Amino acid sequence: MNIRKAMLLAAVMGTTVVGAQAQTLRIGLESDPDALDPDKSRTFVGRIVFTALCDKLIDVTPKLELVPQLATEWTVSEDGKTIDMTLREGVVFHDGTPFDGEAVKANIERSQTLEDSVRKSEVSSIESVEVVDATHIKLHLSAPDAPLLAQLADRSGMMLSPASFEGDVAAGPVCSGPFMFKNRVAQDKIELEKFADYWNADAISLDAVSYLPIPDSTVRLANLQSGDLDLINRLAATDVETVKGSDQLSYGRADGLGYQGITFNTTNGDRADNPFGQDARLREALSLAIDRNAINQVVFSGLNAPASQFVSAASPFFDPAYPVPERDIEKAKALIAEAGYEDGLTLEIQAPNRPENQQVVQMIQAMAAEAGIQITIAAKEFATMLSDQAAGDFEASQVGWSGRIDPDGNIYGFVTTGGGFNDGKYSNEKVDEILAEARSVSDVDKRKALYHQANEILMADKPLFYIYNEAWLYGVSNKVEGFTPSPDGMIRLEGVSLSQ
Amino acid sequence: MLSYLARRVLIAIPTLILISIFVFALQKMLPGDPVLALAGEDRDPETLERLRELYHLNDPIWMQYLMWVGDAVRGDLGQSIRTGLPVTEMVLSKLPVTIQLAVMSMVFAAVIGIPAGIVSAIRKGTVTDYVANVVALSGLSIPNFWLGIMLILLVSVKWRLLPASGYVPLTEDPLQSIRTMLMPAFVLGTALAASLMRHTRSAMLGVLRQDYVRTARAKGLAERTVIMHHAFRNALTPVVTLAALLFGELIAGAVLTEQIFTIPGFGKMVVDAVFNRDYAVVQGVVLVTALGFILMNLIADAAYVLLNPRLRVG
Repeated sequence: MNIRKAMLLAAVMGTTVVGAQAQTLRIGLESDPDALDPDKSRTFVGRIVFTALCDKLIDVTPKLELVPQLATEWTVSEDGKTIDMTLREGVVFHDGTPFDGEAVKANIERSQTLEDSVRKSEVSSIESVEVVDATHIKLHLSAPDAPLLAQLADRSGMMLSPASFEGDVAAGPVCSGPFMFKNRVAQDKIELEKFADYWNADAISLDAVSYLPIPDSTVRLANLQSGDLDLINRLAATDVETVKGSDQLSYGRADGLGYQGITFNTTNGDRADNPFGQDARLREALSLAIDRNAINQVVFSGLNAPASQFVSAASPFFDPAYPVPERDIEKAKALIAEAGYEDGLTLEIQAPNRPENQQVVQMIQAMAAEAGIQITIAAKEFATMLSDQAAGDFEASQVGWSGRIDPDGNIYGFVTTGGGFNDGKYSNEKVDEILAEARSVSDVDKRKALYHQANEILMADKPLFYIYNEAWLYGVSNKVEGFTPSPDGMIRLEGVSLSQ
Repeated sequence: MLSYLARRVLIAIPTLILISIFVFALQKMLPGDPVLALAGEDRDPETLERLRELYHLNDPIWMQYLMWVGDAVRGDLGQSIRTGLPVTEMVLSKLPVTIQLAVMSMVFAAVIGIPAGIVSAIRKGTVTDYVANVVALSGLSIPNFWLGIMLILLVSVKWRLLPASGYVPLTEDPLQSIRTMLMPAFVLGTALAASLMRHTRSAMLGVLRQDYVRTARAKGLAERTVIMHHAFRNALTPVVTLAALLFGELIAGAVLTEQIFTIPGFGKMVVDAVFNRDYAVVQGVVLVTALGFILMNLIADAAYVLLNPRLRVG
């Protein structure tokens, strides 16, 4: 009995000691992720949690190159309709199930068939998955699909343990990432702990990581300052000076893949019947009336990057023919006169009722007024704005996109006929054709040429124009070592450690 | 007394039905498509249509309502379309958090508000009265979110005395749990203390003018006994009503305060749910809140009877 007591005491003390030394990284996010099931997840913050929880077939580097994760090698066949993949050996899921070809097949089929899967369209080109042996698979495609590899470097490529499919996956996802699911309290925290059998365990020095959703950026920063958090996502641009001024904090920044811009209603219902919806010269005039640099300096302390096209300047697909346009009021006025509106004209722009978006449209309003365009701003709560936009109840919308690794993800759905995000219902057969072709060729130079070709038409038609590329800003405690921000906005924990 | 309470319970039933219809209708009048909000950045038209079918959003509204009520009666409040979790479970998991915050806030409110009200009534027209009034008014007028952020900056960031935000369950670590709740409870408590103080003061002033108080004094009772036993007990009735109503309001979720201090209670859940058009969650929370309100009113009714012997006869 005494021995048992002593052992119990030792065990308790042991856990206390371990507890004191355990390295738990506490990350503040801007909102609470939705369902923690890769096939149902739709939020950006959800992808951040998955980065620690679920390995993907393919990963992406800060330079946006696709690199091995669970797949060590892949080759795309000449006709683009078969992808051969070699899988990593010796990988196990958090429940001990081995990772193999059958598991990949099961996961892809789940993405395709689960009733409320939101991944269906991303993997729809996969006709079948052939399991050659435990470490080799062949993806047979119905047609060449260049963006597919990038999808497999995101949620569509995340592998769940097939043994966990039966239960409620979101309540306790079982993947094969460096950390495994421990606990989630909705609106409060998500806790993960180190997975001892991780294939790349040497790169992981943290014992645990917790994600805390704190919507208010001031409060998020206060938690970082008080030492209650170690790293915060989405540091407000206006708070960067505070972080720089602190000797306990540092700040991290990466150019993002997303953009913010103005989308016009060109064809969607009665409200498209306005001067800007009908005349590309006026849309061009508004674009020329805006000083993108000034907006970036005033609203974002110069931390974002002025934008001119659907990919950022860091992308290999960036089109040098279209640099960020300089403000040119005279040219804007000339275009407006040419279109027959010398006496001025009006435009309503809807924008989310968030401070930053409002500041951006207010600056646009002031700048456009100098060219004779009277802008009225309709501030709307985000969900309302989106449904008005989808219903065609808008003239122009200040809206953006968080960005995808593959250029297709930044443009296809937005400008092709019937595209999921094409709320202005812009339609141009030539654009549809070029962008569809760009999906089907895998040669990078050929794709580049196609996107540049599409750019030429889109710049002339201007169904939407771009204002700035958002940068990812982080507040980081000096205790955190080895954190590198990525352009895809994911928080990767390989090589990250905490000093006491 | 039992028949009195039974009558009250019966009245609560039609109230609940009305509330459920009202909440359901209000939700549907909200602009914004839940499926679009849900789909976020994955707006494949086919997926949207499938989700609409899945969540019965294409059915007529009256059918959606009947389905919801039918399940609710059996204790099933539906499923959150955002997290996929059962709403009943979500509401139950938030209840202890919200109740803890409400109780701690009420303690702050009562400890500050009631004595301040008594003192300023007794010292009516003196400097003490004016000071108490000014403090009470500032408690009412200072916005919660401002006071909250100021407290975080001062107490957590500068002095590092209390955690800036978050929540620890009482069962897990009672001390830490109370520490995380101190600031939010104080912020909420000060605002409530102001109205409690004003009501205690006016009730006390009314009672102090009564004949029985003069009689008590004439009998030569100690001033303390007169105030506490004869005056205060009689002044309590309106104060209890108010306290019960305030408590009901706290149960409804201190939306701003919970957002600032990141407390995972009703308020935070409802805000997230409204922004995401997660109808089932909003309906569930409002229904449970309404129940809470009705319950608090019942408790207040019972408390009158205990406080005021005259009600016991009828």
